[in-house]
Order: sequence, then structure tokens, then C-alpha cells
Amino acid sequence: MRLRLEARPEPSRAMLWLSPLLAALLAAAGGGVVFALLGYDPWAALGMLFLAPLSSLDGLTELGLKATPLLLCALGIAIGVRANVWNIGAEGQLTMGAIAGGGVALAFGGAGHWWVLPLMLLAGVAGGAAWGALPALLRTRFNAHEILTTLMLNYVAIQILGWLVHGPWIDPEGFNFPQTRMFEADALLPVLVEGSRLHAGFLLALLAVPLGWLLLARTVTGFRLRTVGQAPAAARYAGFSASGAVWFSLVLSGALAGLAGVSEAAGPVGQLQPSMSPGYGFAAIIVAFLGRLNPVGILFASLLMALLYLGGEQLQVSMQLPLAATGTIQGMLLFFLLATDVFIDQRLVLAEARHA
Amino acid sequence: MLDGFALLALLVATLRAATPLLLAGFGELVAERAGVLNLGVEGMMLVGAATGFIATAATGNPLLGLLAAALAGAAMALLFGLLTLTLRANQVACGLALTIFGIGLSALIGLPWQGTPITGLATVLWPGLDAASPLVQQFMLLDPVLWLALAAPLLVSAFLYRSRPGLVLRAVGESHDVAHALGYSVLRVRYAAVLFGGAMSGLGGAYLSLVYTPMWTENMVAGRGWIALALVVFSAWKPGWLALGALLFGFVTIAQFHAGALGLDISPHLLTMLPYLATVLVLVLISRDATRLKLNAPAALGKPFTATG
Repeated sequence: MRLRLEARPEPSRAMLWLSPLLAALLAAAGGGVVFALLGYDPWAALGMLFLAPLSSLDGLTELGLKATPLLLCALGIAIGVRANVWNIGAEGQLTMGAIAGGGVALAFGGAGHWWVLPLMLLAGVAGGAAWGALPALLRTRFNAHEILTTLMLNYVAIQILGWLVHGPWIDPEGFNFPQTRMFEADALLPVLVEGSRLHAGFLLALLAVPLGWLLLARTVTGFRLRTVGQAPAAARYAGFSASGAVWFSLVLSGALAGLAGVSEAAGPVGQLQPSMSPGYGFAAIIVAFLGRLNPVGILFASLLMALLYLGGEQLQVSMQLPLAATGTIQGMLLFFLLATDVFIDQRLVLAEARHA
Repeated sequence: MLDGFALLALLVATLRAATPLLLAGFGELVAERAGVLNLGVEGMMLVGAATGFIATAATGNPLLGLLAAALAGAAMALLFGLLTLTLRANQVACGLALTIFGIGLSALIGLPWQGTPITGLATVLWPGLDAASPLVQQFMLLDPVLWLALAAPLLVSAFLYRSRPGLVLRAVGESHDVAHALGYSVLRVRYAAVLFGGAMSGLGGAYLSLVYTPMWTENMVAGRGWIALALVVFSAWKPGWLALGALLFGFVTIAQFHAGALGLDISPHLLTMLPYLATVLVLVLISRDATRLKLNAPAALGKPFTATG
């Protein structure tokens, strides 16, 4: 007698939403085990990771701050995955957004023009969109798969940023530190809560949630994207363009990631540095899946992931763990999610005997 | 200009830079020929690099380090196999999870060992050779793992095309249903291929932390796992082309260090981009012909297998 997986007659809706919760619990437990194995007190570490950041207003505003880039990137990634377009390049698109927006800030900031900030945001969106359009072109024109091209372009974007802040854009009064000068006040996003770092980019990210939902659930474009992703043959028959879906989802997710990048530059960072993101673009892939590729689900998932980032920083300060330790838990989160997701379409049954 | 000795140094450096790509690339080639797409190469390499380094630092024996790295890579691959083969989860998403997990885990376990000095893999010096001569020193850089990596193309080709298990493995990758109907265990073959891929990635990572650098730093694989993946596509799943591609990329990696010596004044950041840009370019060149790509790719690549009947 042994356990066997069997297809459910219908996908379980309960399991669809239960799965992320289960995965989060399992990842926390797995994290505890890893911490214990490495000789840290698991309860203290988990408490610091998941609870400590939520215990103050400061922590809550920081949560919104960290959720902003994750939410923006994940929305774009999810729209792509719906159309079976895999954008692994949000990190690079975010970086290009920061570069483009930061360039505007360095060129025009400080003179008090009202249009500097809007122009920065536009430039950031355009920078990210352009970095998304490149793999779209390579995919539709040359058939090069976007998983690899978007990924490679991450490294290219980060090197471009590195070159700029070490070279042409370096702060002349910065003692040769690889960073640009701080942006002037007119090139910074307004802060929402007095004394915190939570900035207007958070509102833009929140606004993107209903817009993303409308797009996917209530528009013909959304329907076309989903059809291309789920039933390519049917989509072809209906005359829905597969290249169109590639272009649309890569440019849109690039634009959203670019907005995330310029929001980081004009928000908490306030300048350009060699790295503008501690892996938000990659973590956003997990956020997209954790949120069930659904904009509302992604909102909650981005808050959970932001909590992991905040908790990870706490661990770094108080227990000297590397920030990448959060990656361990992030990875486990996605593993457990994919494992529990198996039970949406399937269930375990006892099989009497197996004939192979 | 380059003289004979500089040319030899360049060749040795190229081989050393190509070694991790060869090891990880051939591991992934075998997994993909069995029909499994594992995007977790980068994560497996990093865990291999960290584990291999720690084992070497702890025991003082780099051979044990290499063994530990191969086992750690295989353990990561086992995790991937459990999810994608047994539970039939999405291979693309699982591979990404494996990479994210591996980046984090390696940083976590490697942290106490950052900056620890180790004696890397020693090359046995043939008796009678003068260790002080620069020429001999170049040959001393050719360590056993490098020779293994250079042998990988031959060994893997012989296995895939000249042995019965290799034939079964290719059959499983082309059509798992037919292989299953013929009585072969698709899952067993795929597990073996995925574990082999993991062990090779682990070795590739350990080469970086034990020989190439030799030290442990966070995220030190720096995208080589992804390049190895791209190379497998570039090779159209053919061992010969994969070997060529890995050597080419080894050369590009080295060329960036030598650009200064050749009188080119280019920012190191722009040069570091080269391998990644070259990967994109190569992908474009080989993917242009969609039919050819489709004909070469293992037909069951990335598709989960469910036994029926």
C-alpha cells in the first residue's frame, strides 16, 4: 500500500488560496530549522524576522516602503506569466528605471522646477520599458527566449549603473565614493508620514493594483493575454497575436519595474549607488506566484515579502546574519508554495498496488 | 605584442575560466537530454562552492572539499527532483526557487568562513621539473579538476551516443511515453540525470572557490550558472558545441582582464558586461531559425511525466 497522486475532478479553489498560507508557515518552520542547525536561537530569529518589524509605526511605514518596489515588479511579472511570458529581468529593468530617472534628477534637479519629479518618473518608466522592450524584440524578431535574455540583461544593466557611478556621474565632492551626489529636494518623492521614509511611490504602487486587476479581469487585452498563455492554439485560431502578448507584457512589466527603480532612487536612496535594489526584482517573482498571479493577492504577498526583508535587516543588525539569509527563506517559500500547489489539481490517495 | 609565453598563459587562463562552465554545462546538458530543464544551476554552483570551501577549510583536504561540493550539488538537485519529478511542479519556477534558495543558503553557511585562507587544490609536480620556472608554473595551474572538465565532453559524448544507458536517457528526453511503454523507468532515469547535473554544478562551483579564486565570498559564482545554461541552448544540446562555447566564454572572461594590457582603456564595468552581452548575441544567432532549434531540443524538455497504464 502506498500513497499516490491522483488528478482532482476539478481544481480545488480552497487549496488555491490555502497553499500560500501553508507555504508561508512551512517556510517559517524551515527557516527555524536552518537557524537552529547553524547554531542560532530559532525562536529569537523567527520573532525578529516576522514580529519585531510590525511592533511599531516606524516598522509599518518601512513595510510599505519595502513593499513598493516588490509590488510594482510583481504586478508586471504576473501579467507576463499569465501570457506565458517569463520576465526574469525585473532587477535590470528596475536598475534602468533608476538610471533614467536619476539622470533627469542630476541634470535638472535643484533649480526648483515643478516638472522635474514628473519628468523623472516618466524617464524611469521609459527606461524600464525600454529594457523590457529589448528582450521583446529579441523574442519576437529572433526567437531568443526571454528567460535567458531578460536574465542576462540584468547583469548588463547593473554594470551600466556601476560604470556611471564610478565614472561619469560620480559625485565630484564625494571623496571618490562610487555614488552620485544626493538629489535636490525638488527631485525627491514627497514623504507620506512625517518622520518616516514612506514616500508617494507607495501610493502609485497601490494604484497599480486595481488597474492591474481591471486590465486582467475586465478588458479584452487581459482576456487575450490569458488566452495566449493558457491556450495558444485557441488564441491563434481567434487571431490573437502571440508577439503582441510578448511585447505588451514585457514592456508593461519593464515600465512597472522602471517606476519601482526611480521610486527607490527618488525615495529612500536619494541618489544613485552601485546597487539600487537588494534583489527586489528576483523576490518579486516569488511575490507574483505567492499572490496567485492575482493583483490583490500580490498586494498581500508583497507585504509578506517586505516583512521578510525588514526582518532580514533586523537579523543582520542584531545577529550578524548576512542579508542574503532572507534568500534562504524566500527560496523555501517558493519551494513550499510550488509543492503545496501540486494539491490544487491533485490529491493524495491510497493505492492498493501499483502496476508500472 | 603577444609572444609565445604570453599566448600559453592566455590559453591556460582561458581553460581555467572555462572549467566551471564546462562542468556545470555538461551536467545540465545531461539533465536536459533526459527532458528536465533545471534553471537552478547558479544556486547549485553556489552551494557547491560554499560547501566545498568549508569542507576544505575544515579538513585541510581539497579532495574532500570537491567530494562535499559534488554531494551538496546533488542534494540541491534532489530537492529539485522531488518537486518537479515526484510532485510534477513547474520546472521553470522550481529552478528559479532553487537559485534563490542557493544564493541565500550559501551566503548563510559561508559567512563564518569569509576571509579564511585555504590551501587550494595542489597540482602534483612531475619530478625533475623546476618549480621556479615560469613555464612550469603555467603548467602547474592545470589542476586535476581542469583535466576532468576537459575530459567531460568526451566522456559525456561517449555515454550519450555510444552506450545503452545513454540511448535510454535520450529516449526518455525525446518521448517519455515511448520510453515508459518500452519498460524503462522514466523517473529513475530523470532522477539520475538531474542528480548528475547537480553534482557537476557543485564541482563547477567548488572549482571557483577552491582553485580559481581561491576563497569564499558571497554570490561569487556571479552568473556563471546562467551562462552555463545559456551555453547548453547555444550548443543545441550537442557536446562538441557546448565545449566550444564554454572555451569561447572562458576566453571572453579572460579577455576582459587583458584588455588593459593590450592598450585598451575601457572601464572594467563595461568589460564585465561582455560575457552577458555575448550570451544574448549568441542566443539570438542560434534561435533565429525556430525550426532548427525545435528539431535539436529534446522533445520532452520541461514536460512533466505522468505514468499511465
